[in-house]
Amino acid sequence: MTLRTLITVIAMALLAVLPPVFYMTGNPFYLDLATRLTILAIAAVSLNLILGYGGLVSFGHAAYLGLGAYAVGVPAHHWLYGGLESWGLATTSGLVQFPLAIAVCAVFALLTGAICLRTKGVYFIMITMAFAQMIYYAIVSIQEYGGDDGLVIDTRSELPLVNLDNPLELFGLAYVSLVVAMLLVRMIVKSRFGMVLQGAKGNNERVITLGLNTYAYRLTAYVISGAMAGYAGALLGNFTTFISPEMMDWTRSGELMFMIILGGTATTGGPVLGAAAFILLEEILSSLTVYWHLPFGLLLIAVVLFGKGGLMGMLAAIRKPKSQETGE
Amino acid sequence: MDISLFVIQTLNGLQLGLLLFLVASGLTLVFGILDFVNLAHASLYMVGAFICASLTFVLGNFLIAVVVALPITGLIGWAVERFVARPLYSRDHLDHVLATFGLILVMETLAHIIWGPQGIAVPLPAWLDGQVALTETLVLPSYRLVIIAAGLAAAAGLFWLVNYTRLGMLIRAGASNRTMVGALGVNIEMLFALVFAIGAMLAGLAGMLISPITEASIGMGNNVIITAFVVIIVGGIGSMKGAFIAALLIGLIDTLGRAFLDDIFKLFMTSDAAENSAPAISAMLIYIIMALVLALRPQGLFPPKVR
Amino acid sequence: MKRTFSAALAAVILAGSAWADTAKIGFVTTLTTPAAVIGNDMKNAVDLAMEHLGGKAGDHDLEVIFADDGFAPETGKQATDKLVKQDDVDFVAGYIWSHVLLASRKSALDAGKFLISTNAGPSQMAGKLCNENFFSTSWQNDQTPMAMGEVLNKQGVKSLYIMAPNYAAGKDMVAGVERTFKGDVVGKDLTKWGADAQLDFSAELAKAKASGADGIFVFYPGAAAGAFVKQYQQAGLKDVLPLYSVFTVDAISLPKLQAAGFEDILGSKVTQQWDPSLDNAANKAFVGDFKAKYGTYPSFYAAQSYDAIMMIAAAVEQAGGTGDKDALRAAMKAADFDSVRGSFTYGNNNFPVQNFYLREVVADADGNWTTQVVETVFENHQDSFAADCKLP
Repeated sequence: MTLRTLITVIAMALLAVLPPVFYMTGNPFYLDLATRLTILAIAAVSLNLILGYGGLVSFGHAAYLGLGAYAVGVPAHHWLYGGLESWGLATTSGLVQFPLAIAVCAVFALLTGAICLRTKGVYFIMITMAFAQMIYYAIVSIQEYGGDDGLVIDTRSELPLVNLDNPLELFGLAYVSLVVAMLLVRMIVKSRFGMVLQGAKGNNERVITLGLNTYAYRLTAYVISGAMAGYAGALLGNFTTFISPEMMDWTRSGELMFMIILGGTATTGGPVLGAAAFILLEEILSSLTVYWHLPFGLLLIAVVLFGKGGLMGMLAAIRKPKSQETGE
Repeated sequence: MDISLFVIQTLNGLQLGLLLFLVASGLTLVFGILDFVNLAHASLYMVGAFICASLTFVLGNFLIAVVVALPITGLIGWAVERFVARPLYSRDHLDHVLATFGLILVMETLAHIIWGPQGIAVPLPAWLDGQVALTETLVLPSYRLVIIAAGLAAAAGLFWLVNYTRLGMLIRAGASNRTMVGALGVNIEMLFALVFAIGAMLAGLAGMLISPITEASIGMGNNVIITAFVVIIVGGIGSMKGAFIAALLIGLIDTLGRAFLDDIFKLFMTSDAAENSAPAISAMLIYIIMALVLALRPQGLFPPKVR
Repeated sequence: MKRTFSAALAAVILAGSAWADTAKIGFVTTLTTPAAVIGNDMKNAVDLAMEHLGGKAGDHDLEVIFADDGFAPETGKQATDKLVKQDDVDFVAGYIWSHVLLASRKSALDAGKFLISTNAGPSQMAGKLCNENFFSTSWQNDQTPMAMGEVLNKQGVKSLYIMAPNYAAGKDMVAGVERTFKGDVVGKDLTKWGADAQLDFSAELAKAKASGADGIFVFYPGAAAGAFVKQYQQAGLKDVLPLYSVFTVDAISLPKLQAAGFEDILGSKVTQQWDPSLDNAANKAFVGDFKAKYGTYPSFYAAQSYDAIMMIAAAVEQAGGTGDKDALRAAMKAADFDSVRGSFTYGNNNFPVQNFYLREVVADADGNWTTQVVETVFENHQDSFAADCKLP
């Protein structure tokens, strides 16, 4: 077990134990915080697959979170107020909503990815953001789902075995999902597919000359990442019981990117550490002052300027100052 | 459709396009030469507006305030280059995006602390504050014509600077091959700082020009930065000509969309649905155009020559 | 209240804990983004109310915890969740924005807390979504524009152009004026709202002018008000297209407009349920002390927030603490406190039944721009959604 794996395991163990303890000792707010953190960590893990391992800087990942949440909210809305019955989409069943979230996001990722991946560098950053903005304004224009105002989800998804109205069970589902997501990404990265993806990040031309169609590999990774983020979005919708276009604002996409950088790109546990640090910092700083964006922004700049390898890199460097960790 | 209304809206679109160009030209300069993605460019737009607004009250005249505020904004741009941007030139674009995202938060909050959340309404001299009747039905606020004139003048000045001066030659050379310019003994650090400061002044000027219409307020940059990025992406990063054409295109599309889209929609949907969906669709238009352009020409409309 | 062995663990982040005889009020408003100008005014009014009360409601201590909604529904909901779950407040008050209130509603009410809107009055919450634990110290969104519609009829306006931001309250305001206005609505624009709201109205104003309407009705609260009024003046519309507004020209925008010399706004007419010139003892003390302490006139946002704290304090005193929810609810419903708008009653949906006044923008004795009452438009007016509310 390498040091990075050890850090990841410890972090995950703390995340599993602390929130329920807080909840049972009469601090339900901290369980909420942990649930939010866990869900955003899933999104960050999914983004890390393309950003960290694939080198594809997507600035529109919040769109998938939002779409996933709307895949929960819209059927729940129709279940209560009518409409879309013939499509089978007027339902509160999670067995419909969650696959819907994944499917919608996968299709959106496929369509937009096919165009985005033709570009590279800053063009890629900006076109992914443009597509996210398009979805943002498209949702704003749909009055039935609240437009700018958003929509309250009256009924959470109904799933077998778990009751999402119970905050502990919701957290449990999010936690298990996070673990699965991390293992899934790890498995992908270790596979031949992942090797090609990482190879293309290092030197795309070389991988192409090896006779591999990196475009197809990247598009596949892009779709997987989008689908995972959509699943996280479905969880987020169930958690906040409120959906609004604001969820897919470009600043949210920036926050997801920051979580990965903060935690350490291209590591299994980095996005989780990053999400945790991000949420806790936001919570602590904003409770101290309304001007909390100032220290937050300074910290962001400092992390980018000086924080090589993010939290994961720094933690791993504490014990092994001389020998350089490679891989996990 | 009323023809004079169409003319007025076209002029409004032109005004928006020129303001966008002022912001986008700095962005594309910085990007083309320094290869630096600066999300915080629009914070300089806001800072310029605030400084100019404060100075208007101190100096008692908007125009003098603009003249004084320009070099101050340039100085702030220089400081940003020195302390945030310069250490990042060797990093990848992801780091640029994140650091300047942080810089936005810092500058917005500082503006909130210094000037308060309420924003500043900027008074105009009386001779700028009236209307001009072009024809009997064509009446425009005279200040909007001033913006158009100032925007065109700034654009012309910039073209002259880039195409006919030694600095412009270096800028063009830097845009096509940075390392070569450095190897030829040009003080590349100085050139970069200067380019950054010029970009800051252009963005600041746009903020100053718009502030008598809206006002100087925190968050004013957020509206404009994404649109400015759309402009330079559509135009082709690093291309001044591309930024100019794309800015006018986007300005016109955005304004005309807001003005006429609901009437067009009313031809085939209910009045209510048209009024509700038109604003959002017109907001989407510029992104649709950007996606279309990139799908067909991944390097934008006018990509500069390869380096 | 909940001191267990884990307190040490929690104390790392936790601040403060509840005392049995303290009535805790969470106050959600906008403290960041340009809309913070409204939130600060409300916060000032709450601080003044606490000062006037000496921090006490009878024998019981009052505590106010402010929270920022960031001008966004999701953030507002999170802030509400935190107040309810972590601070365990008894009352959640505040809310400038209708969409924030709608998003936060369930968080407060499902936890059995009292929810008191000091500004937002979305139609849903006056009608189908009304709740016995929800009270308003402001108005239902439609009422103020309805009063304006009545004024327009009296002034012989035959055709009207309408502009408002595209969010819950904007739509309610439009619906309100259309409900009473008898002439033609010749055009309507709903503009982008939120943290990146549209502030250049050139395209819309040109359309409005070309429409040939007799007047223009607008609703642009907060920071957008200044921008709108300036462009209205620059476009030279004062004589062509007279301005009738609600919640746009107020104590927040007037000092700014005065500083920049936008004199066209003097004489402009607005409707409201309150005015700094209203002649009652509570209002005189409020306006006088507010001006002395903060140097500006209080806005209607401030007046409503001040009222909310006074109402809560009176209810806590009358009910003898926060233990008996039914007694608290009954006390609030009686509205037995000195409101700065004068006395009012609560309808079945817990929205005030109150007067609406026509006000005019004037310069006061010191030359500061403010508003004063011209006439009463509605007496004891109840909103149109009360009938949809199932509460008795």
